[in-house]
Amino acid sequence: MTADQWILAAVLVPIAGAVLIALLSRAPNLREGVTLITSVVLLLCVVSLLLDVLDGARPAITLFEVLPGLSIAFDVEPLGMLFALVAAGLWIVNSLYSIGYMRANDEHAQTRFYVCFALALAATMGIAMAGNMFTLFLFYEMLTLITYPLVTHHGTEAARRGGRVYLGMLLGTSIMFLLPALVFTWFIAGTTDFARDGILGGKLSAGAMGGLLALYMFGIGKAALMPFHRWLPAAMVAPTPVSALLHAVAVVKAGVFSVVKVIIYIFGVDTLARAGITDWLVAVAGFTIVAASLVALNSDNLKRRLAYSTVSQLSYVVLAAALLVPLSIVGAVLHIAAHALGKITLFFAAGAIDTAAHKTKVSQLDGIGRLMPWTMGAFAIGALSMIGLPPAAGFVSKWYMLTGAMAGSHWIAVSVIVGSTLLNAGYFLPVVYRAFFRAPHVGQMAHGEAPLPMVIALTTTAIGTVLLFFLPDVPLALARQMAGK
Amino acid sequence: MNLAQHLPALQVVVPLLAAPLTVLLRRRTLAFAVVLAASWIAFAIAVLLWLKVDNSGTISYAIGSWPPPWGIEYRVDRLSAFMLVLVSGLAAVVLPYSRSSIENEIPARQQYLFYTMFALCLTGLLGITITGDAFNIFVFLEISSLSSYVLIALGRDRRALLASYQYLIMGTIGATFIVIGVGLLYLMTGSLNLADIAGRLSTVQSVRPVLAALAFLTVGISLKLALFPLHQWLPNAYTYAPSAVSAFLAGSATKVAVYVLLRFYFSVFGASQVFDQLPMQEMMLLLALAGMFAASTVAIFQTNLKRLFAYSSVAQIGYIILGLYFGTVTGLTATIVHLANHAITKAAIFMLLGCVAISFGGVSLARIQGIGKQMPLTSLGLVVCGLSLIGVPGTAGFISKWVLIQAALEHGQWWLVFLILLSSLLAVAYVWRFVEAAYLREPRTDCADTSEARWSMLFPAALLVVATIYFGFDSSLTLGSASQAASMLISGTPR
Repeated sequence: MTADQWILAAVLVPIAGAVLIALLSRAPNLREGVTLITSVVLLLCVVSLLLDVLDGARPAITLFEVLPGLSIAFDVEPLGMLFALVAAGLWIVNSLYSIGYMRANDEHAQTRFYVCFALALAATMGIAMAGNMFTLFLFYEMLTLITYPLVTHHGTEAARRGGRVYLGMLLGTSIMFLLPALVFTWFIAGTTDFARDGILGGKLSAGAMGGLLALYMFGIGKAALMPFHRWLPAAMVAPTPVSALLHAVAVVKAGVFSVVKVIIYIFGVDTLARAGITDWLVAVAGFTIVAASLVALNSDNLKRRLAYSTVSQLSYVVLAAALLVPLSIVGAVLHIAAHALGKITLFFAAGAIDTAAHKTKVSQLDGIGRLMPWTMGAFAIGALSMIGLPPAAGFVSKWYMLTGAMAGSHWIAVSVIVGSTLLNAGYFLPVVYRAFFRAPHVGQMAHGEAPLPMVIALTTTAIGTVLLFFLPDVPLALARQMAGK
Repeated sequence: MNLAQHLPALQVVVPLLAAPLTVLLRRRTLAFAVVLAASWIAFAIAVLLWLKVDNSGTISYAIGSWPPPWGIEYRVDRLSAFMLVLVSGLAAVVLPYSRSSIENEIPARQQYLFYTMFALCLTGLLGITITGDAFNIFVFLEISSLSSYVLIALGRDRRALLASYQYLIMGTIGATFIVIGVGLLYLMTGSLNLADIAGRLSTVQSVRPVLAALAFLTVGISLKLALFPLHQWLPNAYTYAPSAVSAFLAGSATKVAVYVLLRFYFSVFGASQVFDQLPMQEMMLLLALAGMFAASTVAIFQTNLKRLFAYSSVAQIGYIILGLYFGTVTGLTATIVHLANHAITKAAIFMLLGCVAISFGGVSLARIQGIGKQMPLTSLGLVVCGLSLIGVPGTAGFISKWVLIQAALEHGQWWLVFLILLSSLLAVAYVWRFVEAAYLREPRTDCADTSEARWSMLFPAALLVVATIYFGFDSSLTLGSASQAASMLISGTPR
């Protein structure tokens, strides 16, 4: 197969998997087998593309025209490659975890769950490899819609309400802001293709460009810039595997990924730097980082705390991209991978605690580290990565962001990054402390670890988080290719 | 004598002859076969005409060989060919569906009359589209209207009679206004042939009667196309009519009325200066926006799905008229392409609702709870069509919205862009009322053993659902034809 066909395979494999899963609804073991096999095959497709991309190739394929001059097209560049790699790789681990979680909790409608999950991955691949903004938008909307049944999986009143916020905010921002931005881009530039130096250079006044940038940044609601972040905590009504892969990796990363794509390939770093219109974006992202951390600090519900931590961490990526310095962009790209690994570990741990101990609040976790050492050990590693301490992946990305900010003399950004590190420590370390150093409550039920597949999954991602610190070669190579260094 | 030459006449004559034949046969199966054959032949003729126009340009056909402007002229240009394909295509899909669908809705001995009226309605709609004669438009309009009153009154619910009566009153007022407008034009120009009128209008000295004609025609046609606030007949009519009728009328009747409006505005009044003297564009803008927001808001609060989607139709007609406001090629393209996209989507919705009505015995939101489990295909189809109403990419509705936004941007009106998008968020709200009821609520106990409708109903509906998706990915057919028709209308080439 040629590289172009691998692209199509990456999008079609999960879809084919979804069809098979739907057909096998009566045979759960076979059905879960298909999920696992599909995820492995998907990773193989992505890895075979990765080898080409690392060699400097840019596999691309154009399918057909939807509107005059607007085609469904794919074009794999380093950033998209990294995103696809992270999502596909973690899907395998997450599937393992899902199987443990869904069975241990005896969830209903499991077939629907796995079908939607596979389709969500197809949409994610489409976003990662989109060759133009139009294709990206198509898959972006598809991802919103296909994750809705996952968010509302429980079908309760709370799920309905969460689903409304989720859908309303994500569809609302994309329809109200992203769509007009897209049409306007096409109207001005005559294309929406992603190009090395952007496609808007010299075609717009600085003021109009600032407006368009705002439309894009707030239109990409999945990046959860304040004030459009509420959907993410709302999405926490979903089963934990959904929060883990989709609302720590695929969906939110699709957001910041799109932000970086727009800044680099639609506007162009140089064009934006010349126009000098990104200061407000740095400010908004900085505000989101700090404000979300403060909310996280005050959340007793563990998943909610993780969700606000995600809101905050996403804005690191936006902030780093908005600084328009090559080093900080490398940091932004690395952070997409680093945060994904760390946060999925944290969610896995939260789900394991819920399944084994039926606890959802931080205040209930006293001494739980003694009963669930693997889970809480992994949690500790994930927390280190969020704070940005070695030996976890978060340190590497934060290092690049910080050096970038300093190189560009963006002192506000520097102080936001440093200050929020303290805040991160402030809401993650107490959890670790409680788990390991406080005595359990009297009369606490004796329980052990969660089911084995879940423990394997969360250990794997924790190891991955550490490995990425010691061996950041692949993502770093991709990020450097991307930042043109 | 060459049959291909007479295709324009056959387009109307075939369904027209089918109507009395059904009355003679009286057997519902035979009547069904006859009308089905007629509608499929009509569709084939429409496609042939469309291809012919695409190859060699406008076709002019003199009825009875009396040359226009004295005789009645049938004229097929890019716009009318497109509409002919749309209307006859819908009829060809709805008819096979109607056979199973009316079984529960109409008493067996009256069923052949349904086919009679359906054939007449189709005749009228095709006639309006193909004719180049102003008075002939009125005649065919009456044929289609009278038959649709009967079709609506055939509904099982007794309120169908009232709905039909309401539509009768409003429709008759509309038709009267139209005939007054045509009369005034005849008075001033001495001609009934549309192209001829257009040519003579520029020489007319006194403008006032022409303005009056424009006003009468606008109001009359707006009644027929259910432009807000002249839409009151529509929700009741669509709600209580038999499902097949709702599906066909939602897809064709109002759309043909829009066609008539386009015809008069651009092919008759287009060349003259009357538009400078009346604030028509501003008025259209205002009514379109009011319709988009008011009707969508009302739709959100409906509990009967047929009524909900009927109000959605009023809102979508707002989009269609909004395209007119711009008066540009892109704006008109948006109008015409949305005409087709919405016709397909809405017809599919009403067909699917018909399936639901048969299985559940009603289409109220409370009744159909949990339908996602019991009728997975039907509810999936409804969701897809709902997404098209919202304008989600990958559906036909997205294409329309894209072009409409493009038209607004060309006009430099950003505020309008946001209003258009804001109203599509209202569509999210009403579509999601269905989604939540269908998937996030448990089925009622008394509807526990329902399942999918028969394939004879499901298949035609599925065909339109697939078309809704197809035209969202490949717009060359719809958008291509629409933009050609739009540039033809704007460039003012005599039709």
